Amino acid sequence: MLTQKRIALTVITILVLGLLGTSLSVGASSHEDELSGKLEIFSWWAGNEGPALQALIDLYEENYPNVEVINATVTGGSGVNAKAVLKTRMLGGNPPDSFQVHAGQELIGTWVAAERMEDLTWLYKEEGWMDTFPDELIDLISTEDGIWSVPITIHRSNVMWYVPDNLDKWGVEVPNSWDEFLEIAPELEEKGVTPLALGTNWTVNHLWESVALDVLGPDKWEALWEGELAFNSEEGIAVWEKLDEIMEYVNDDYSSLSWQQATDLVVEGDAAFNVMGDWAAGYMSTVLELEPKEEFGWAASPGTDGVFMLLSDSFGLPKGAPHRENTVAFLKLLGSKEGSDTFNPLKGSISPRLDSDLSEYNVYSQSAAEDFSSDRLVGSLAHGAVANEGFMNDFAEVMEIFLNSRSPERAANAAQAIAKQNDIQ
Amino acid sequence: MQFKSDKIVALLILLPSLILVGIFVYGFIGQTVYVSLTDWGKGAALAKNPEMNLIGLKNYGELFSGFLNSRFRQDLVNAVFYTLFLVSGALGVGLILAILLDRGPKGESVFRTIFLYPMSLSFIVTGTIWRWLLAPRGGINRLPTMIGLPAIGFRWLNSRQSILNFNWQNLPQITAIVVGAAFLFIAFRQWRSGLKKKGLLSLIPTLILLLWALWGARFTPEILPTPEQHGFNLATIGIIITAIWQYSGYTMALYLAGLRGISEDLREAARLDGANQFQYYLNVAIPILKPMTMSAIIILAHISLKMFALIFAMTGPDNAETSHPAVLMYLTTFRANNFAKGAAIAVVLFVMVAVFIVPYLISAYRERRA
Repeated sequence: MLTQKRIALTVITILVLGLLGTSLSVGASSHEDELSGKLEIFSWWAGNEGPALQALIDLYEENYPNVEVINATVTGGSGVNAKAVLKTRMLGGNPPDSFQVHAGQELIGTWVAAERMEDLTWLYKEEGWMDTFPDELIDLISTEDGIWSVPITIHRSNVMWYVPDNLDKWGVEVPNSWDEFLEIAPELEEKGVTPLALGTNWTVNHLWESVALDVLGPDKWEALWEGELAFNSEEGIAVWEKLDEIMEYVNDDYSSLSWQQATDLVVEGDAAFNVMGDWAAGYMSTVLELEPKEEFGWAASPGTDGVFMLLSDSFGLPKGAPHRENTVAFLKLLGSKEGSDTFNPLKGSISPRLDSDLSEYNVYSQSAAEDFSSDRLVGSLAHGAVANEGFMNDFAEVMEIFLNSRSPERAANAAQAIAKQNDIQ
Repeated sequence: MQFKSDKIVALLILLPSLILVGIFVYGFIGQTVYVSLTDWGKGAALAKNPEMNLIGLKNYGELFSGFLNSRFRQDLVNAVFYTLFLVSGALGVGLILAILLDRGPKGESVFRTIFLYPMSLSFIVTGTIWRWLLAPRGGINRLPTMIGLPAIGFRWLNSRQSILNFNWQNLPQITAIVVGAAFLFIAFRQWRSGLKKKGLLSLIPTLILLLWALWGARFTPEILPTPEQHGFNLATIGIIITAIWQYSGYTMALYLAGLRGISEDLREAARLDGANQFQYYLNVAIPILKPMTMSAIIILAHISLKMFALIFAMTGPDNAETSHPAVLMYLTTFRANNFAKGAAIAVVLFVMVAVFIVPYLISAYRERRA
């Protein structure tokens, strides 16, 4: 009996070792502390997001003390400069080990289409991530041929911010649709309050997507990006018409304000509402030291309750990464509960994992995480999820046409033209 | 024999830099021109071996007459105004400062340093400082409130007003009239200097161009399907002020050196002839400064075509009101991945710079030979 057991044990041990051996060849997962060399992580996380990235790097270095992590950041809002540097590096055949990229078309349309990424399906299966991340999110980073990156953050785009006490003072309630907003806006103006605070050009794109989500609803929003609904269809034009009405009630110096300055208008009581992604929560609670729920409040942007318009930062494995095994270890850390819950509370985003430990997060993030696990998820345009970079770039010009002409038809036709030009059909 | 080996040594010494300049300057100019004639940018633009097909001048055609590229045309108009105002502003302010300093005020060297100092800053620094100064709710707009006046409401960097508007569809006619006028001027000068026959010949293109512009143009197809207004955007004023602030110290230094180079005898002579200070500067000093003016124009004009950093720092990438072809080139290439069209914009900019630089180089070369 004993010998039989021994034999069985030996066989199992050999099998296990064999399995480990094969996994070594793909991921080197069993010899983690033997990893050495360098790991270059390319991102645009500097400033207030720097500490979050540093915490993640510290965690990595703790696990793999022999790896030297090179933190290559290029600053600039939503990575405008980082992406340019990355593209020249990739074209020059000098890819970093891993780089930050918005989940969605910014990843698929630019890098996967160019066959620059490695398929990570095996990693998802190995780590059991297929069920930890919501399906809609995995869809955003997948094509028929594979899964192409590991998400690390989730931000929500369709949030409306206000100061509860101020709303009481002015006697208005949070509008449930843009039509309701348009009803209360004249009242607010009479009281000398700007109904909606707006910032520089990209925040107008940001507002556009929230308005579109209200006017079209989530199904037609997605149809728009599948090319099933034309931008210059009746509904498409209706979005611009609504935006045109709303633009009557924004601060007229918007194009010179940063998004933070637009948020300031609300905080200082000059404006009633502001539509901005939920990094505004981080700004208000960390920089302005306001108490969530007490000193600033939030709701889904009008008419989009129950829908979570998301954007997500992710990291992938570029083909030809010089330190592939170190990168794989890094991606595993990113996708792990520990990595995710180390990074996100510091950045002010929530974890893409459905099982994250909410006690680490602030009040706003807890409420966002709850919505994230129950709401319908759709992708954001302004932040790289639903449309390729060509369309995104040209959309800024469409917005310029609209702001100059204030003609919904012209804008809608231009949007349709750039959709065709950028192969959204 | 000696002569020949000299030449070989010279060639050998020059060879490395000739090769490097040949590859890294002219080779890449050629590469950019080639890319601008392709369709690189469709689909998988960043693939290892991206699909590139030669499509001729289509990119240029779209830039100048495509429905979706109106931003490029406005940027081009902006670039012309940036150049015009930066050159004239910096020359004017620089000349006034130089004349003031030339009269030897107390603490002249301190002023000289102060005026010259902005030039040593980078465009990014200047741009950031002036963006704060020109913010709609702060800085310069609040100055009058210090003495009890109402704040200024002008939007230095984001006004949506524009003046001097023209219809892009009329551009061929406008160009024809301008070129025609230039030929008329040449004809007039030739006529005056006695070359009557040549002058008459120069009148022929004038007549053809004017005739076409005023009458024949209606028979040629429009370059754009719909009218499109472009003009001088008032939002560029803030950026122009900043650029003039930065570079008038430089023109001041050039002019001051010129003024100091004028011999004291000349000034004495002018004074003896009864010229007052004003007349001295107007009729004696300024004409002598012509070479300085020429080189200042060249340098300022090509700086104005490289204002990317200043605009990027002051109004960011998407403020089309104040944009410039260089900004658009960056966005088209690296944000939209449309490498071919980005290259086309780069070539247009290159040609514009060449228009300023090449005649200068030719005249400088001729002077040296003479």
